[in-house]
Amino acid sequence: MATIGIPANQAPVSTPKLNYLNNGHTLRSWLLTTDHKRIAILYLISVTFFFFIGGFFAMLIRLELLTPQGDLMQADTYNKVFTMHGMIMVFFFLIPVVPAVLGNFLVPLMIGAKDLAFPRINLLSWYLYIIGGILISHVMLTGGVDTGWTFYTPFSTDYTNTKIVEAGLAVFIAGFSSIFTGLNFIVTIHRMRAPGLTWDRLPLFIWANYATSLIMILGTPVVAITIVLVAVERTFHLGIFDPRLGGDPLLFQHLFWFYSHPAVYIMILPSMGVVSELIACSARKRIFGYKFVALSSVAIAVFGFLVWAHHMFVAGISLYAAMIFSFLSFSVGVPSAVKVFNWTATLYKGSISYATPMLYAFGFIGLFTMGGLTGLMLATIGIDVHVTDTYFVVAHFHYVMVGGVLMGYLGGLHFWWPKMTGRMYPEAWAKLSALLVFVGFNLTFFPQFILGYVGMPRRYWQYPPEFQTLNVMSTAGASILAAGYLLPMIYFVWSLRYGAIVTEPNPWAAAGLEWKTSSPPPTFNFDETPVVTWEAYNYDEIPAWERRHPGAK
Amino acid sequence: MEHEAHNPALLHHFADAQQQKNAASLGMWLFLVTEIMFFGGMFCAYLVYRLAHFNAFAAGSQQLSILLGATNTAVLIISSVTVVLAVKAAEAGKRKVLVGYLVVTVLLGMTFLVIKGFEYKEKFEKHHVPGPTFQFTDTFDDNGKQIPVNPKEAELFFSLYFAMTGMHALHMIIGCGLFSVLAVLAWKGHYTPSYFTPIENAGLYWHLVDIIWIYLFPLLYLISRHS
Repeated sequence: MATIGIPANQAPVSTPKLNYLNNGHTLRSWLLTTDHKRIAILYLISVTFFFFIGGFFAMLIRLELLTPQGDLMQADTYNKVFTMHGMIMVFFFLIPVVPAVLGNFLVPLMIGAKDLAFPRINLLSWYLYIIGGILISHVMLTGGVDTGWTFYTPFSTDYTNTKIVEAGLAVFIAGFSSIFTGLNFIVTIHRMRAPGLTWDRLPLFIWANYATSLIMILGTPVVAITIVLVAVERTFHLGIFDPRLGGDPLLFQHLFWFYSHPAVYIMILPSMGVVSELIACSARKRIFGYKFVALSSVAIAVFGFLVWAHHMFVAGISLYAAMIFSFLSFSVGVPSAVKVFNWTATLYKGSISYATPMLYAFGFIGLFTMGGLTGLMLATIGIDVHVTDTYFVVAHFHYVMVGGVLMGYLGGLHFWWPKMTGRMYPEAWAKLSALLVFVGFNLTFFPQFILGYVGMPRRYWQYPPEFQTLNVMSTAGASILAAGYLLPMIYFVWSLRYGAIVTEPNPWAAAGLEWKTSSPPPTFNFDETPVVTWEAYNYDEIPAWERRHPGAK
Repeated sequence: MEHEAHNPALLHHFADAQQQKNAASLGMWLFLVTEIMFFGGMFCAYLVYRLAHFNAFAAGSQQLSILLGATNTAVLIISSVTVVLAVKAAEAGKRKVLVGYLVVTVLLGMTFLVIKGFEYKEKFEKHHVPGPTFQFTDTFDDNGKQIPVNPKEAELFFSLYFAMTGMHALHMIIGCGLFSVLAVLAWKGHYTPSYFTPIENAGLYWHLVDIIWIYLFPLLYLISRHS
């Protein structure tokens, strides 16, 4: 390894420094890599692919709902379209996106390690994801599934004749990809931290990924076995969830939501970690209440396991169970609010920059708060009974999943793009896309709150004419949103060749070990293992004159 | 970095052999946690249905062979002992002893699977395999009192019996494969007293699979057998 990354303003050497990107150019060097950074790039490409597939289905849904009649597709087709949208977005985009792309890239860098603890298992995770992805694509191209992404029994086991077993297998395999990622992160964070990097000095992104990984390894196996049981029930006509054979469909719902509710925390927690990083850097302040923000991630992971039955308030569980789950669901609001309040307190008297990552972080705080507060409404049994299976629920979880997870992801991708590629994205275009995403998002999903509240059920391909105005607004918003997502796709690819070259390790003057190595980092991350002697987010120790915004001016 | 050149098993991204061993060991324990959650889903289903349909579960349980089940339990416990002895042998650097215990473990695992196969065969003959051909005319013998049961509920018992023991058997097959590979590698001298982590970790896996059986045996074979 030739140069040392630490001195910030050294002129670049004339020969290109060996980094993880130019260390091997063959396809083989990518497909058999065990470098966590290259695997992150492989994930980046594959989750982006599935994001656009899932987005394509979303556009089909919005087009169909443009008019009250079912004129674009038949009811059966519509069922398959929203099912494929849900399955692909949940299992092949939202769950892996932040941990597998940003987490994979950043966890070893942020803790001063050379790689994840199990690099080959990391590569295996990606291959499992791809195998699952190929299977779900096969299902998609040969007829699809029409159960909704939730596989509810007995419809999925006895009645539908679509490809449940194949889709279940795809989810099962992708699930193991997620389990191995979680396992890898936990072991890495426990065992591979640089000297001096104690638990209370860890970046909050690491805490968030740690909490996420806990959910991944504790929850995912349960949904895996549940889907196996559905598949064997279909194949061998066992009666585990079939009421005619003494089985209980509610048991399926319990087992399914035991994972699938915590799964929403798998999605949102890493994005919360990203936002903590963005806010501290953009406000040039230590994060307010570091320990509370860190532990609130763990608290969300723990509480998240105790609330699953709020998906089943109208499914026939006992009133007392419903009351307890309602109460516990409210309690998740506490650690979530701790985060939001601490982020805003961090901004107080901060020296705030409005570069693109911060715009996304602002978007996250606003939209996640909306999603979270409507979540509290849904945790209230009385309201939930009224709006169950309406567009209110759809709007709520899109505010959390899209308004939250995607905002965090895009903010993080912009923030770490110079570290990942050594190039800067075009700031003006990026600001435009952040604006389009924010406006488009609200126009798409806010009308759905109203639609749901006045009674439009979800998963229908036709609706009474009085709902049309709001549906047209929603479809118009979705078109703006689509433009907002296509734009980064285009300028990120453009920037790989034409973006301003980042010659310094730390273009944002940010705290964190990932900024102390060159951009892009060398294959083994650090030429010398760093020794940490400072607290996290020591922005008061980073000189103000060092603040730079590449591409912004 | 200071690489310990004499240890070819040390991977580049670890600072030293101890860190590598600790990481591998923690990783294995976490994997076992996921296995417990994986089986936990089925244990949960079992618990729910046993409480709902106790008589049918007891009647189904009485159709299982305690002799074969107990024999298999003994076989697995002995195999756990041989695994412990294999780890001891690896620690002491006794290559041939290590290979011997690994082979014995694989043979015991296969014995278990063969006995299990005979049990499954009997279920097919008695039409106790869930599906269109399922028949169940037996009653629950509650201390001499014959209680008739709903065959559909008995079918549920056998559904869970096959799902749980089948998943367990799959883990046994994987374990046998694992130990076969380790035996070959051990024979070639891959493991030294300073590096035998794979033996230890495979041993942990084997113990977990054993423990799951220790729970399956009373839950499936010994319902209401107190007469």
